[in-house]
Amino acid sequence: MENVRIIEVKQSIFADNNARANELRQELKQNKIFLLNLMSSPGAGKTTTLCQVIRILKDKLNIGVMEADIDSDVDAKKIAECGVKSIQLHTGGMCHLDADMTRQGLENLIDGNIDLAILENVGNLVCPAEFDTGAVKNVMILSVPEGDDKPLKYPLIFQVCDALIINKIDVLPYFDFDMEKVVENAHMRNPKLEIFPICAKTGEGIEDFCAWLSKQVEDWKKD
Amino acid sequence: MHELGVVFHVIDSVEELAKENNVKHINSVTLEIGTVTGVVPSYLEDCWNWAVSKHELMTECKLKIEKIDAITHCQDCGENYNTIIYGKTCPKCQSPNTYLVQGNEFNIKEMEVI
Repeated sequence: MENVRIIEVKQSIFADNNARANELRQELKQNKIFLLNLMSSPGAGKTTTLCQVIRILKDKLNIGVMEADIDSDVDAKKIAECGVKSIQLHTGGMCHLDADMTRQGLENLIDGNIDLAILENVGNLVCPAEFDTGAVKNVMILSVPEGDDKPLKYPLIFQVCDALIINKIDVLPYFDFDMEKVVENAHMRNPKLEIFPICAKTGEGIEDFCAWLSKQVEDWKKD
Repeated sequence: MHELGVVFHVIDSVEELAKENNVKHINSVTLEIGTVTGVVPSYLEDCWNWAVSKHELMTECKLKIEKIDAITHCQDCGENYNTIIYGKTCPKCQSPNTYLVQGNEFNIKEMEVI
C-alpha cells in the first residue's frame, strides 16, 4: 500500500479570482484601458443599450465589445453593425465570466488602441455578481417589466455595481413599477449607486449615462 | 448556480498543486462551503463526479464537503443571528443595517494524495 498523505491547501476560490481580477485591473491601468462590466437579467436590454452608447461615444472613444453568451453570435453581429470591434465569447454552458476568461477575451479584442472595452456579461442577476471580472466599473440594467422589488430579491448585484440603468421607462404606464420605491430599495443596498432611467429604444436618458461613463474613462486614464 | 465552473476551478487548482508536490493520485478533496454561497452541494457532487473522470490524476477522486453556517451581524443592536432564517433584517431590532460575518466561504481545505 502506497503512503497516503494530506496536503493542506487552504485556498479560497473567490479570493483566488479576486487576486487575478486585481492583477488584470492593474495592467489595464498601465495600458490606459477602461473595462466596463455590464450585467443584467436576460432581455433587460444590454445590447440595445450598448448600441445607443456606441452611437454617442464612438467618435470620442475607441470602443471594443466582448459579448458573453452560452451560445450563438447574434449579439456580436448586432454590435459590429454599430461600427465598433466586437467579439463573441462562449462560456461553454457556464453562467458567468471570471477574471481569467475576461483576460482571454481582452487578448482577442485588443489589437491597436482601445480606450473603452465593454464586457456584456451573461444575462443573469446571480452568478456574475459573485465573480470580479477585473472591470474598472460594474454597471447593471434593470428593466421596468422585471419589477421594482429586484434590489430586495437579488441584493448582491446591486451592492457590487457602481451604476444602475433603469431601462424601458417608455412602458412605465403599463406596469406597477414604482420609480421612487426602486431608487429607495437600490440605495438601501448601496447608497453610492448612480441611477440612470433610460429608454434604450428611443435613446431617452442615454446622454446622461454616457456623460457619467466618459467621466469615468477620463478619470481612469489620468496619472 | 455555477457549480460546474467552480468544479473546473477547484480541479485546476488542486492539479497544479499535485504537480508541484509530485503526487501520483488525488484520492479526495475537502471543500469548506458557506451556506449562503448559492452553491448546491448535490449539484456540485454531480458535476464533480463527471469532471474528475476526465482527469487522469483524479479518477474516482472523492469530494468531501464541510459546511460553514451563515451568521449576520446587526450594526445597530449588535446581535449576531442566523442568516438563513432571518436574511438581511435583524430579528431583534428590525434594522436593515446588517452585514454577513461568515457563510460566503468557498475554500479548498485539503486533499488526500498518494
